[in-house]
Amino acid sequence: MSKLITCEDAVKKVKSGSRIMVGGFGLVGSPLSLIAALAQSEVKDLEIISNNLGEPGRGLGVLVRQKQVKKAIGSYFTSNPEVVKSYQEKEMDVELLPQGTMSEAIRAGGAGLGGFYTPVSVGTKIAENKEKRILNGKKYVFQEPLKAHFAFIKAKKADQLGNLIYNQSARNFNPMMATAADVVIAEVDEIVEVGQISPEEIVTPHLYVDFIVVKGGN
Amino acid sequence: MNVKQYIAARAAKELKDGDIVNLGIGIPTLVADYIPSDVNVFLHSENGILGVGPTPDPEHIDQNLVNAGKLPVTILEGSSFFDSASSFAMIRGGHVSVSILGVLQIDANGRIANWAVPGKSVLGVGGAMDLLEGSKKVIVTTMHTSNQGESKIVKELTYPITSERIVDLIITDLAVFAVKDDGLHLLELSPGVSLEEVQQKTDAPFQLAESFNKGKEVTA
Repeated sequence: MSKLITCEDAVKKVKSGSRIMVGGFGLVGSPLSLIAALAQSEVKDLEIISNNLGEPGRGLGVLVRQKQVKKAIGSYFTSNPEVVKSYQEKEMDVELLPQGTMSEAIRAGGAGLGGFYTPVSVGTKIAENKEKRILNGKKYVFQEPLKAHFAFIKAKKADQLGNLIYNQSARNFNPMMATAADVVIAEVDEIVEVGQISPEEIVTPHLYVDFIVVKGGN
Repeated sequence: MNVKQYIAARAAKELKDGDIVNLGIGIPTLVADYIPSDVNVFLHSENGILGVGPTPDPEHIDQNLVNAGKLPVTILEGSSFFDSASSFAMIRGGHVSVSILGVLQIDANGRIANWAVPGKSVLGVGGAMDLLEGSKKVIVTTMHTSNQGESKIVKELTYPITSERIVDLIITDLAVFAVKDDGLHLLELSPGVSLEEVQQKTDAPFQLAESFNKGKEVTA
């Protein structure tokens, strides 16, 4: 059974109100073809989990501009002034997490954990409404896991089974997101035959990957 | 050398052979240019690189190889790539020797604010809280006063705090302070700077470190 589908078929699975994790650190390692297809679709009220929301009119920034995003969970949205504007005009809700807390919450979501205690953000605004606990004399805040209906991720190369390898710093959030969603769709530059990626090299084993699309392909 | 480069060069002297170093955005980024040639450090970037090298020539820019400031970088021999959860486990887990960070304010106890401005929407934190919490040593590099001439070293923070953790060393264009349990200790003055000027431009109280000698010329 082939996992290869088109970007259009991939985004047809998404409904208004869906919660989608989207990989990338800025535009680096972001699944731009999948995002472009999403921007062509009618879906709205999306809840996006991503470190950033692209740049004005680029990447996830297109969805912001088209008012398709209802809520965003991430660590750094100030790099896109249109997100700030959208938030101030109450068109969009934002939940801010420290970058390490966010990445670990996704990891925990994919690993079947009920959350974790982290010392990061103790005593700050971000921890204000979170459960606190002292463990061995040190203060921690509780962080719930993050999961989603969909994960849109970007990898360099997939084999026909869906084993993935990444490209340098474009790896970032993609491997965790691959573990933490009901439906995982990987956008890749290239698909190779099974056996052409060494088992030692594979970063994301195929069991996490439901569908593969080729970058720029349809 | 301009004043920001001076601060960066002073910070670079704090690095030791074998240190794992994370450099924040702004003045900290410049530190990489001043690391002594006999000191080998490994630069960690929280977006998933250990072993960051110099900025590439324009023709060698690779869009998939950037630092945490989203600027193009290179990698050195022995470098590695990892995902964000692993990268922050390194930070939180105490595996980064030194972080050099920029600040908006530092209080009299050595706690810092560097992620949000009062009265503005708070929509970005990035790795600031993680780095401050987890790094073994934190060095702050900053101009002593804001563009409006206000002291950045204040009695109490008026900007939102980044972490309860106190920093270890404060390096400004005017002076260097160590942070101890009882507050700020002035270690040295920059060349041509008087103790009176530092006193005038520092809102927080500080004491003179035992090693401080106001007659001593400090060379850059």
